[in-house]
Amino acid sequence: MNLTLKVWRQNGANDKGRLESYQVKDISPDMSFLEMMDVLNDQIIVEGKDPVAFDHDCREGICGSCSMFINGEAHGPGRGITTCQLHMRTFNDGDTIYIEPWRAAAFPVIKDLVTDRSAFDRIIQAGGYVSVNTSGNTQDANALPIPKDDADKAFDAATCIGCGACVATCKNSSAMLFVSAKVSQLALLPQGDPERTTRALHMVEQMDKEGFGNCTNTGACEVECPKEISLENIARLNREYLRASVNPDK
Amino acid sequence: MSRSAILKSSLAKKYWMSATGLFLCVFLLGHLAGNLQLFMEGAAGEYQFNQYAKFMTTNPAVKLLSYLTYASILFHAIDGLLLTIQNKKARPVNYAVFKASANSTWASRNMGVLGTVLLAFIVTHMTNFWAVMHWGEMPMQTVDPEGKLLEEPLKNLHMVVMNFFNPAENSLALLATVLYVLSMVAIGFHLSHGFHSAFQSLGLRTGKYGKLIMVAGKVFAIVVPALFAIIPLYLYFIQA
Ligand code: HEM
Ligand code: SF4
Ligand code: FES
Repeated sequence: MNLTLKVWRQNGANDKGRLESYQVKDISPDMSFLEMMDVLNDQIIVEGKDPVAFDHDCREGICGSCSMFINGEAHGPGRGITTCQLHMRTFNDGDTIYIEPWRAAAFPVIKDLVTDRSAFDRIIQAGGYVSVNTSGNTQDANALPIPKDDADKAFDAATCIGCGACVATCKNSSAMLFVSAKVSQLALLPQGDPERTTRALHMVEQMDKEGFGNCTNTGACEVECPKEISLENIARLNREYLRASVNPDK
Repeated sequence: MSRSAILKSSLAKKYWMSATGLFLCVFLLGHLAGNLQLFMEGAAGEYQFNQYAKFMTTNPAVKLLSYLTYASILFHAIDGLLLTIQNKKARPVNYAVFKASANSTWASRNMGVLGTVLLAFIVTHMTNFWAVMHWGEMPMQTVDPEGKLLEEPLKNLHMVVMNFFNPAENSLALLATVLYVLSMVAIGFHLSHGFHSAFQSLGLRTGKYGKLIMVAGKVFAIVVPALFAIIPLYLYFIQA
């Protein structure tokens, strides 16, 4: 396959940035999108120029690094996949492909396609944890009976890989799907119950502080999320926060 | 929740949006029930409608509800404006290509625009009828349907409405009818997203009720605006 790529190039946070055109030839339809990017970078390096910076790590859909906004969609046109799981057979010979970084005030561009997603880390630090003593006398988790339904829902929420596609794709750059998944995975389990109130209040407060937008329930996040995190989690976060707001001392 | 968080937190803004929006949905039902009386024909219909209009402007309970409605519209509009501005700010650099149609409905992405259209409609609508009824010069109904003289003449809002949509009385009747119907289309789109969104904001669009709310929202967003829109069309065509 021969393709035209329009790639966002930006030399640091203070550069304005621009789309640049590249031609790549003889791309195998069996390559992943990231392998195609590697081919592009080899070509650029041979020309003695600066390769395109992009985040990647596991290349198997579990780390959430490979943030790319491809042809107007987070992680490209596929559903339930990350960029590393997107295959070139999704495209046609001769296609023009636009490749942009996640765009949000809360995710500033570091270079080219690499953005700073540490806002997510600070949200987790604000309350996305359980304060348990791990000194060796921790109770066996299996000793706590948990309804199957709750365990399943908590597990589904816990599959969120923190990639930020929900923010990237939301017209408001809202982080609600991410935060709701992180609140849900703990709120549904007895281990998470004692810190339920402060968790909801603090994580939402941090989310707002980071400059993410307000959720208006467009539902775009659920469609584009590689882990298909459900909007049910956002409903749960809305309940958790309301409950915590009404009774902050509990 | 600290006092400032009631207004400032992103979620609290959504709770208010949702509460005022749902209240306005209930208001729409009440308003519709009143308007449908315009289908009643002849002197009896006129008398009934004018009595109803009088009740709506004088009853103390209705007064209270009307103040709540004005406040809701105002708060909903301001809160909606704040949300829209903040959300624009959250993405300072736009995408070169943004394929939003792949993952969300048009209405859900244009609530601010639709709301602004509705605000313009509400202001014009209130100028045309509400302000006239309160402070304008009104024709009076002096006899009841049997022809008996009324002790207290009634403001004849029925006649004002009929004339408003009568091309022989109002040169802009056709334009008014068309704009009214278009505004109802805008309400329909606003509610096609707003109705279920309001339940989601409160955390209630979930589990087995989730589907029911989605369906109820679609039905509400089509049936209520359609019934509103049929009335001016009917009044225009029986008089044209
Ligand atoms: C009869 C009139 C109206 C009704 C019944 C109505 C109803 C609703 C409902 C139920 C929602 C969903 C709330 C939520 O998502 O939690 C909503 C959202 C919204 N409304 Fe209205 N509304 C009306 C008029 C207006 C007006 C006059 C404006 C603005 C000038 C407006 C602006 C908005 C905006 C911007 C939203 C989106 C907020 C969001 O999704 O977060 N609306 N409306
Ligand atoms: S909710 Fe989905 S899209 Fe958002 S960070 Fe988690 S995995 Fe990524
Ligand atoms: S590189 Fe790890 S999810 Fe794509």
